[in-house]
Amino acid sequence: MSCGSCGPLIPKPFTITKVGKETSDTFTLTLAPGEPNGGFAFAPGQFNMLYLFGLGEVPISISGDAAENERLVHTIRAVGSVTGPMKALKKGDMLGVRGPYGSAWPVEEMKGSDVVIMCGGVGLAPLRSVIYHIIRNREKYGRVALLYGARTPDDILYRKELEKWRASLDLEVLVTVDRGLAGWKGNVGLVTTLVRKATFDPHHTHALVCGPEVMMRFSVMELAKLGVSHDNMWLSMERNMKCGVGLCGRCQMGPFFVCKDGPVFRYPVIKDVFGKREV
Amino acid sequence: MDEKLALLRLEGFQKLLSTLRDNGYVTAGPTVRDGVVVYDEINSVSDLPQGFRDEQAPGRYRLSKNGGSAFFGYAASPQSWKKFLYPSLSKVFSARREGAGFSLIHEHNETVKYALIGARPCEIAAILIQDKVFTGGAHVDDAYKARRENVFIVAVNCAEPGGTCFCASMGTGPSVTAGFDLALTEIVEDDRHVFLVKTGSEKGVSVLAHIPHENADDGFAKKADDVTKAALSKMGRKLDTGGIKELLYGARDSRHWEKVARRCLACANCTMVCPTCFCSSVEDVTSLTGDIAERWRKWDSCFTTDFTYIHGGSVRQTTASRYRHWITHKLGSWHDQFGSSGCVGCGRCITWCPAGIDITEEAAVLRAPVEPSTAEDQGRGHEKP
Repeated sequence: MSCGSCGPLIPKPFTITKVGKETSDTFTLTLAPGEPNGGFAFAPGQFNMLYLFGLGEVPISISGDAAENERLVHTIRAVGSVTGPMKALKKGDMLGVRGPYGSAWPVEEMKGSDVVIMCGGVGLAPLRSVIYHIIRNREKYGRVALLYGARTPDDILYRKELEKWRASLDLEVLVTVDRGLAGWKGNVGLVTTLVRKATFDPHHTHALVCGPEVMMRFSVMELAKLGVSHDNMWLSMERNMKCGVGLCGRCQMGPFFVCKDGPVFRYPVIKDVFGKREV
Repeated sequence: MDEKLALLRLEGFQKLLSTLRDNGYVTAGPTVRDGVVVYDEINSVSDLPQGFRDEQAPGRYRLSKNGGSAFFGYAASPQSWKKFLYPSLSKVFSARREGAGFSLIHEHNETVKYALIGARPCEIAAILIQDKVFTGGAHVDDAYKARRENVFIVAVNCAEPGGTCFCASMGTGPSVTAGFDLALTEIVEDDRHVFLVKTGSEKGVSVLAHIPHENADDGFAKKADDVTKAALSKMGRKLDTGGIKELLYGARDSRHWEKVARRCLACANCTMVCPTCFCSSVEDVTSLTGDIAERWRKWDSCFTTDFTYIHGGSVRQTTASRYRHWITHKLGSWHDQFGSSGCVGCGRCITWCPAGIDITEEAAVLRAPVEPSTAEDQGRGHEKP
C-alpha cells in the first residue's frame, strides 16, 4: 500500500492566522490546525518540520504555549532559502506541518528545583514554551532565572514579554547584548557573564541552554564552575535535518540522531561529542 | 513452517522464475550489462550471467567469461538490492496551489511486487539491517514497508567470494540463515548442474509446491555444505571486529583521518554502492506555472558538503571528518543506533572506491599505534604507520 496522505513524511496544511515581526530578520507565525477542532499537542522543546509550498521544509522549534494547543506558534529567523521566503508569508497563507518531533525540556524532573534558562539569539524561541509552562505552574518550581544574550538591543526577541516577565517579580530576567547601541544602558557582554549575576542555588538547579554551540559550551563551563551538576544541564542541539524522524541520517552527531534522540539532550549523554570539531 | 530441502534441476529453476511471474512478481536478478553484473528485470535463466566470473580488488572490477556453467559464479556487483526496496529517487508527495494555500494530491501508486533472484547472504543481511532503519523505529517509512512486505527473496549461497569480500568476518555469510523465502545452493559438477533448495517461509513452501523438484538426500545437503565451506576459505579480506566500536570512538582525534583524506576524493561512491547506507536528501520542484509542487527523496551521502549544512556552514567541512564519520557510523555507532554493525562485508566500498581505499585496511591501521609525523606522511599515505 502506498498512501498519498499518510506516513511520517507527508505534511498537513495549516493556515496562518497571525504574522508578527520580532526583529529585522525574525518573525513569528501563528498557525491553526487545518481540521476544525484539531488541537496540536506538543511538549515544550519539541520541533516541527514546516513546509513552504514548492520551496522546501525546515525544522523549527515550537515557541508557543503547550497549554493553548489550538494555536501553533513558531518564531523563525530568515536565514536560508526556505526561511527567507517564509518572511513574506501573510495571514491566510498556508504552511505544511509535520510533527511534533524530538525530545522535550525536563519539566517534570526539574520540579522543586531552581531553573536557570540560558539562551542566545533565536535560541530563546525553543525556550519560550518552557517559560510559559513554568509561569502556568509557578508553584512547582523554585527560583527561575532567564539569562538572555542578543547581538544588539535591536535583536532582542520577545521584548514586550521579557519586560512583562521581569515585572512579574517572581522571574529573574537578565539580558545582555554583544554590542550596545546609542541609548542602551543595559548589560554588554556574553550571556555567560550573567550567570554570576543571577540568584539561584547551583546545587539545586536545572539549567536549560539553547544557542550557538560555542555559547552553549561556555555556558556549561560557567554553570559547572558555580557548582551546577552536569546531570542537571540540558542542551538543545541543531543539525541539518530533512526528515525529522530518523530516516534521512543527516542530523547524526556521534551515535545520536538529533531529531529523535534530541534536540534536547542531558549534557552527560552527549558530553563525548559535544563541542568536538566536525563530529 | 517445516523447513524443506529439495533438489531443482535447470527446468525447475526456469519454472521457478515463471511461477513467480505468474504470481504477479517482477523477477529481478543479475544480468550482464556494460561489463558488470547489474540487477534488473530478468525473464528467463538465459538472462543470468552464466559462466561469468569477476575479479575484484581495491578500485578494480573486471568481468570475464570463465567458460564455466555456473549462473552464480560472480561476487557482489556494483548494485545492491537496495535500489528495489529503497529506490534512489522516489516521490514523497505532490501538492497543488489553491489560492493562498495548497492541498495534497492523492496519488494511488501500486507497489511493485519484486522477486529478488540470487540475493547473496551478505545482501540479505543488508536488507534486514535496512528493515531496522526504516521500520524498526517510532516512525515507519510506509513506502519501504509496503515494498518490503511484497518482496519474495530467492537467496543463493555464495560459492565464489571475490577479492574484496569479508562476509565471514561480519558474520553474514557465505551461507544464508534467515530472511529468505527460498535459498538455493548451486552445485556444478561434471555430470550435473543442480540447485539444492531450502524453504525459509510459507510463501517459499507454496511456490516450491508449484515447481518440479525432487527430494534431496543427505548427500546433496553435504555437497551444499561443502560449497559454502569452500567459500569460507576464499574470502579476499578480513576485518577484526573485536571492540571495533570502542576503537573507532577512541580514534576520533587520530591523525590517521588526515592520511585517509589525502587519498579520499569524497566522491561518495562507497555510500552509493553500500547496501546498508540509507541517508537521503529531498528536492522540491515546481511546475513552470508554479501551481504543482513535488517533493522528491533521493539517496544522499555523508561525503557531500551539503549533507551537514546549517546556517553558518557545514558541520563536517573536511574530507577527514567525513571519512571518519562514515567508517565510525558503519562499524561503530550503528551498534548503538540499530543493535548491529552497519557493515555486511560485501566489499563493494573497496572495489568501487576510485582511490582503492579499503575499509578493512583502515580499520586495521587504527588498531596499530600511530607513529609521530614523518616526511613519509606527505606521500600517498597508503603505507601502514
